Formats: sequence, C-alpha cells, structure tokens
Amino acid sequence: MTAGLKFYAGYPITPSSEIFEYLAMKLPERGGTVIQFEDEIASINAVIGASWGGVKAMTATSGPGFSLMVEGLSLAIMTETPLVIAYVMRAGPSTGIATKSGQYDVMQVRWAAHGNYELVVYAPWSVQELYDLTINSFNVSETLRVPVILLSDATLAHIWERVVLKDPNEALVINRKKPKVSKELYKPFEPEEDLVPPMASFGEGYRVMVESLTHDERGYYKATTEIQRKLVWRLINKVRKNMHMLVDSASYFVEDADYVIVSYGSTARSAYGLVKELRSRGVKVGLYRPKLLWPVDEESLIKSTRNAKKVFVVENNAGVYVNEVSRVLRHKEVFSIPVIDVEIPPPESIYEVMKEWM
Amino acid sequence: MDVTHPLDPYLRTDRLPHLWCPGCGIGIAISSLLRAINKHIMEGHLKQDDIAAVSGIGCTARATLYLNFDSAHVIHGRAIPFATGLKLVKPNLKVIVIGGDGDLAAIGGNHLLHAARRNMDLTVIMVNNMIYGMTGGQVAPTTPTGVYTTTTPLGNYEYSINVVKFISTLNANYVARASVTHPHILEKYIYTALSKEGFSLVEVISPCPELFGRHIGYKDPVELFNKLKSLIRFEEKPQIEKSDIIWGNEIIIGEFINDNKKSFLRIIGRGV
Ligand SMILES: Cc1ncc(C[n+]2csc(CCOP(=O)(O)OP(=O)(O)O)c2C)c(N)n1
Repeated sequence: MTAGLKFYAGYPITPSSEIFEYLAMKLPERGGTVIQFEDEIASINAVIGASWGGVKAMTATSGPGFSLMVEGLSLAIMTETPLVIAYVMRAGPSTGIATKSGQYDVMQVRWAAHGNYELVVYAPWSVQELYDLTINSFNVSETLRVPVILLSDATLAHIWERVVLKDPNEALVINRKKPKVSKELYKPFEPEEDLVPPMASFGEGYRVMVESLTHDERGYYKATTEIQRKLVWRLINKVRKNMHMLVDSASYFVEDADYVIVSYGSTARSAYGLVKELRSRGVKVGLYRPKLLWPVDEESLIKSTRNAKKVFVVENNAGVYVNEVSRVLRHKEVFSIPVIDVEIPPPESIYEVMKEWM
Repeated sequence: MDVTHPLDPYLRTDRLPHLWCPGCGIGIAISSLLRAINKHIMEGHLKQDDIAAVSGIGCTARATLYLNFDSAHVIHGRAIPFATGLKLVKPNLKVIVIGGDGDLAAIGGNHLLHAARRNMDLTVIMVNNMIYGMTGGQVAPTTPTGVYTTTTPLGNYEYSINVVKFISTLNANYVARASVTHPHILEKYIYTALSKEGFSLVEVISPCPELFGRHIGYKDPVELFNKLKSLIRFEEKPQIEKSDIIWGNEIIIGEFINDNKKSFLRIIGRGV
C-alpha cells in the first residue's frame, strides 16, 4: 500500500492468505479493490486487466496456485504488464505440507512459464526485507513493465518481527511512464532508449492493443522471424540491460573467508547464525546472500567469493540454485548443501552436511 | 484513411482484410455488435473512447484485432477475468467480452459461471458455432450429440451444454440467444445487452461451413446457412426448458432473462 497498490485479486492458499485478508480489510479504505476469484487463473488475469486499467495490482499465492498462474505470467511478460506476485513457498510437490516451509520452487518460479524471457525475482529473509522489497518490486515492475515476483516462504510468512514502515511520502515510489506523443502517433509497444515502451491505460483514448500474439510496435500480430526475434530479444534485454537497477545482495565476513556460504531467503538466517558461530571458533567463513534471485547477479556473486577456496550453497530443498552458482563460479569448488526441513534448517543440520567438505 | 463504410470508424481498417473464412458467421456477429454500439454512440449513451473490447483466443476472439477501441486479445479462456479486473478499476468503461463457445464455455466456463453469479458488469458476446474453429474442427462442449468432428470421428457421444439455460440459473441481468441468420434481432439483443448494468450474455448461433458444416454434409456455405436459418425459431417469450440445441430440431432464439438486479459494481458502491 505504501507503493501505491490499488487492486488485489486472489484465491486463498496457505501460507499466503494473510496478505489477502489484511488487504481485504485495509485496501478498500484507501480506495482500492480486493476481490476473491474462483481460482488463481482468474486472479492473475484480473490483475493483468487491472494493471491495464492504470493501477498498481498484485496477487499472492503458493506453489499449487502459482502452477495455475504461469500461463497468465507468460501473458504478463508478453504484454509488458507491470504487476507483483507474492509467492509464499510451502513444502511440495503437490499439496505437500501447506503450513510448512521449503525452497523447492526456486526453479519453477523462473522457468515454469512458456517462452523465453528474463524474470525478476526477489528473496527476502526478514519481515523488514519483505516490506522493503515489496516496495522495490512495485518500482521495478513499473519501471521495466515486467511482472516481479517476491519469493518468500511459510517461515517468513508466519514470523513476528520488528519492522519499520515508511511514510508513503518518504518512500521512493516509481510509477510507469506515460505516452509522450499524441494519440495518433502512439504505439503501445514502441520502446524508448531503455527498451521500455511508455504505457497508456484503457480509457485514455489511445486505443491500446494488448496482444498475446507476437506483435510489432503497434501491437499488431506478425508471424515473421524478424518480428519474433526483435520482440523476444527486447523483452529479454530490457531486463538484462537494466540489471544495475535490480541488483541487491548482502555479504558478511567474505573478505578473508576461505569458505563462503551462498544462501537466500529464510535459510540464510540459519546460515548466518552458523557463520557467526564458526567465526567465534576461528573458522574463516563468510556468507553471500542474494536478494535478487533472478536474474542471477553474477557480478556480486563472483566478487563475494573471490577469495574463497570452497563455496557451499545452502538451501532448503534438494539442491537447485547450486546449479546456477556452479555455472557462474565454474572454476571454483562449489558444494551443494541441501537440507530439507519443514522449518528453517537449524545451523547444526547445515554444519553436519558441510563439515564433511571443509 | 478514407471512410468507405459508416462503421469504418470502429475498425482498424489498416488491418483488413480479416482472417475469417467465406461463409463464416462471425463477421455478421461483429457487424451487428458495431451497429448496436453505433446506435448507442449516436444516441449519446456511449463514447468510443469509453469502450473496451476483450477477447481470448479463437476465430471469434480475433475480432479484437480489428476493433478500433481499447482492445485486449489475451489468452484462451481468460477474457472474462481480464475484463473483470479492468472493469473494477475503470468502472466508467463499457467492457465487452467477445469469444467463441470453447473460449467462454469450455476452458473459460468457470469464469463465465462466476461472472454471471456475481452479476459482474460485463457484456459477453458468445459466438456459438458448435465447434472449435481456430484449431481445426474439434468437438466443443456445445457440439450437438451425434455430430461428426475431427476428434469424434464416430460422432459426438457426449451431452452438450446449453449455455443460456446454464447462465439463466445464475444472477445475470440479461441472457439472450440470437442467430446470425436473423441479424436485426441479433443487433437488437446486443443493443439491449449493452444498455444493462450487471452481467449480460448474448449467445450468437453462427455457421462454420469449413469445420462444422463440412463434416455433416453441408459442403456449401449457403446450404449450411439456409439449413441453420430453417432451424431457427424466434419466440417472444421463450421457455428455457425448450432451449436445448439438438441438431436437426428447432433452435429457439429470444430473450430468456431480462432483469435489473443490483450489479456487482452497484453492490460495492462503484456503479456508474
Ligand atoms: C491453453 C490453451 N489451450 C488450447 C489452445 C488452442 N486453442 C486455440 S483456440 C481454441 C478453441 C477455439 O474454439 P472456440 O473458442 O469455440 O472459438 P472459434 O475458433 O470456434 O471461434 C483452442 C483449443 C490455446 N490457445 N490455449
């Protein structure tokens, strides 16, 4: 709401429903709309429609719901629709354990939607970061006209922590850019230098054409290699070329570290505890924590592990993000430390697996 | 662009010719829609810039590519949710959903049902050609029992859905069935649908000579059109119980529901 949210559509699912219930109470007071749909498919598509109506819109869900949303996500990417999805991970596959945590969906979130694209995904580790990165997610989605996903989990969703909220007037809030040319000259998918097209809303007289088919700058369907290439590369490059405004990570004790742990989201809290514990015993270990999970912030990952002899990727799943880390650090020894736990894996469980390789 | 037809201002004429086959009924459905819109505009009820056209995927759904309104051609089955999100944040827009029977009643059936349940402020034009056109003539939930299609080579053995009967059990303010063989009635129903608050649905019976007629012995579009025309029966006060579509029997057209229940937007205090 600080970021200017005006529309929420959703379908209840643990552990994301608190977001929905809170907004159902608070958003209408602020002139916004909250609606419960018949499923997650309707929810994501309504969010896209609302965004084209000119407002900031979001939904929240968990694994089963996100699985239903991915066709809509692909539509949002194709139609360059700003929106935010709060994805609160729970233990899977399938219905799994609705109330319990895990980080199984880190790859699904990135790749489940069809077509080729870049996707912006943030992974907060605290309530404060949930708040800050939500505002940031809206800003990124509005700036680049992309869907942005805020990836948390059951642990973070149910935790109670101190949080400092911003005055809406103090917070940095970015709104999508509007057309600068006349209605006659406006083309809904004509990019500016940053590769992002200004966005007219419905009802402003621009006669927008929201098109899920491959389209030219007017939004007109074209089935040619030339237009397909141009569109796909622009959709990808508008994210890649603007990485500087997306990157966000934190490193702890990495300067002199022989071992660097890479960990994200709630699991990184335990990894941090372990690092501090090992440091107190004189072990030179550090932590690198990407907040931007996708696209991979290769630069900061390389920088934070520069002096490390070994890198450990600690995650609450069977070991998935480690493949990205190994790809980026291909000349380093990278170890997967997958610790499946329905809560945050405790530091001891992490250490138990890790110590074998230290 | 030179105006060569009175309805040209409502078309993206630079995108013509359209992709519909000769003998297809969608063109008549869309021209009827445009005449109804034009009438509302001429009478001062509507402005062109306040109209939004939303469609999913299919031959019928392609209409939004040609319409000179704010338009969205989204994904198969999901026009209604997109339109609902849009309408909720822009209540002053007249949001029109255009789609085929597969788009709206099969993959999108859940959304159709719930939009009618909510009496959501949308006008839905569903062209029922009793077949999946765009994908090549597969069976649709509207395909009458016994009819041959590319996925029912021995004839359709399923019961079909009667959309007007189904939607009439919910809270829609307007439910009508028309046919492209009777375009004046069609235009009148769309005109009425557009003047309604809440949910309105016009089912438009329409021939698909390429993919429906061809497999059941009507190789010539005119033959199929005439056959359909002969089956259509207009009723001033049609009975829902008699509205099932059985191929070969009479197909009842008429206004099944014409009501003024409080619409969704009225209920939440956003009515315009
Ligand atoms: C999710 C998904 N499934 C399947 C399709 C393929 N598809 C495109 S149009 C269509 C059905 C078209 O039939 P209908 O909605 O009745 O419209 P018509 O073409 O007859 O006007 C299908 C199955 C798709 N585009 N998306």
